[in-house]
Parts: sequence; C-alpha cells; structure tokens
Amino acid sequence: MFKNIEPLKIYSITSKAPKYVFFIFILILSIGLVEALILSPEDYIQSHSVRIMYVHVPSAWLSLSLFSIIGVLSFVILIFKNKNLPLITKSLAPSGFLFSIIALVTGSIWGKPTWGTWWAWDTRIISMLILALFYLLYILSWRIFQNKKDLNNITSIISIVGLINLPIIKYSVDWWSTLHQPSSINLINGSSIHQSMLIPLGIMTAAFALFSILIFLMKYNTELIKIKNKGLDRL
Amino acid sequence: MVGKKVKLRIIFLSIFLITIILSLILILKSLENEIVYFISPTEIKNLSELDKNKIRVGGMVKEGSIKAYENNISFVITDFKNEITVSFTGAIPNLFAEGKGVVAEGILRDRNYLVSKKILAKHDENYIPPEVKEALEKK
Repeated sequence: MFKNIEPLKIYSITSKAPKYVFFIFILILSIGLVEALILSPEDYIQSHSVRIMYVHVPSAWLSLSLFSIIGVLSFVILIFKNKNLPLITKSLAPSGFLFSIIALVTGSIWGKPTWGTWWAWDTRIISMLILALFYLLYILSWRIFQNKKDLNNITSIISIVGLINLPIIKYSVDWWSTLHQPSSINLINGSSIHQSMLIPLGIMTAAFALFSILIFLMKYNTELIKIKNKGLDRL
Repeated sequence: MVGKKVKLRIIFLSIFLITIILSLILILKSLENEIVYFISPTEIKNLSELDKNKIRVGGMVKEGSIKAYENNISFVITDFKNEITVSFTGAIPNLFAEGKGVVAEGILRDRNYLVSKKILAKHDENYIPPEVKEALEKK
C-alpha cells in the first residue's frame, strides 16, 4: 500500500512547488483580508469585533482538519508499517499546531469584548487547549525518542489517541451547555452566517489552507534533504 | 490479502481505541454536572439543597426586566419555563442586553434570587449585517 509514493522520486516536484504555492497564497490572502477587514459588513450586535471571526474560525477548522489527517494516516503507518507516510504526518504538524494556537489566542481576544472575559473553563475551550497540547506532544515525541524503529509507532499512537478529542471539540457545544455559541454552519440546516460574511470566511479559509500546504512542503523538503545527506537511497 | 501480523495490529488498535473511548465516556458521564459551564433556572428550581458555593446560571435576559439602581442593577434570567432574579454589581459586558443570552456567576440567596459579581454575555450563532437585520424585523 502506498508503495508508489517514492519520496525521492517526487522530490523534483515538491522542491519546486513552494514558490508557486506561496504566490497563490499571497494572492488569496490579500483578497481575503480586503474582503474581511474592509468590504464585509459589521454584525448587527457585535459590530466590528465580528471581524476576528475571519481569523479565528479558519484557524480552528484547519487545526482540526490537519490533526484528523495526521490521525488517519497514523492508522496506515501503524497497521501497514508504511515507511513513507511518517514524513508526511511529521510535516503536517507544525502548521496545525500554529493554527490551534492562533485559534486559542484570537478566541481570547474575541472573548473579551463579546463575553466580557479573556478565558472561561468551558468544554469547547478546554478541548481546544487539549488539541494544542496533543500537537505539542506529537511534535516533541519526534525529537525525544531516538530509536528509529519505535519512533513511528510512538508518534502514531499519540496522534491516534488525540483523534478521540476531535469529536469532543466538534460536539462540545451541543452536548453540554457552554459559553461558546453553537456552530453556525451546519450541513443539514445551512448557515446562520449571512452570505456577505460567509464569502470572506471562505476566502480566508482557502488562504490559510494554502499556508498549511506551503509550510508542509517546506518541512517535507527539509526532511527529504536530511535523508539525502545521510546517503540513504530510500527511507 | 492481509497478513497475520497486520490483522493482529488491527485487532490491537481497535481494542486500544475502544478501551480509551469507553473509559472516557464513563468519566465524562460521571462528571456531567461539573462539566456544564452553567445551569438553567429550571435546574435551580429542582435542586434538592441550595449550594453555598459560587454557581453559574445561564439563560435569556427577560425583556423589560433590567432595572438600574444607584450601585447595582437587577434583571431576570429566564429559560422560558422558570425565572430567577439576579442582582449585580460590576462591569457590564458590551453585548449584555434584554432578549440576549447571559451567564451570571454568584451565590444563591434562595431559589429565586442570585447575588452576582460577574456576568458574561453569551452570544448566539447568528451573524447578520445591521441592514439585513432591520429588513428582517420589518417583515
């Protein structure tokens, strides 16, 4: 399984990709920022502080999606002993960690003017903090453990345990009464965010996703160069 | 198709995950009353005994219930079944308004009266520009 992904063969593609991704990222981000900060309307009750949403929500979405990708790939790593995927999961973690921190910090900045507090021990916020800690554990475990043979297993187990936290984050606002409001976007009922605010939210999410891809590619290439320098022809 | 070792690893992972999830469910179930950020006026009505500690009550601020006095305000939190009167001194969050969500932290005097030093505004999942809101209300 996944035998066709030979990292050193696709290196010629992944080493050139970052500059194009960077260009598209800058383009989409500029459109997104103009839409979010200038063109989009204020909220009827929150007025301008609603603009924090355009950073907060995409960051939270991306930190969750990146962790689910890491978790699901970790199953494949553990079960099929795949040697190429660990490089991918390892390279996905940094941007995910960054976005979980951004989500927590912007949430705090948003909480002060709207709720009246920087921090609340509410299940949505605690579970999001746990996600950031899992990212940290995952990243650190790659550095701490030396034994190459066990490294893939240990890191994969950590991300699989962390995977259990994701539904708790998603449904915390429905399962328990929380200070955090319930989700606005629902696959069945549609969105309770007005369309004029939904468009900048979508563009900012695309921009952040491109940023994740960019960081991923850069990290992935660095890992490949490290392997090349060690003179190994495969992983 | 899948080897014996692969099968064993799949079984190991499944049991591992089921164990963690079941223990987590057990812990979360037993802590259900502690995990909620606030309780509703109805839950306060049903309390068997009054808690001497700080509690948080959440619900809607009843329309027309905010009264301002010299150094405190009072308002009514409702969950549309039961109500509780709150007397509050302190800084009021920007989004605090009648008909909006609120969480008040304080000590219960009795089942109908809470003395609070901290209130948090709770906002809902709707994001609408002001002009659209006006148009919606006219309908």
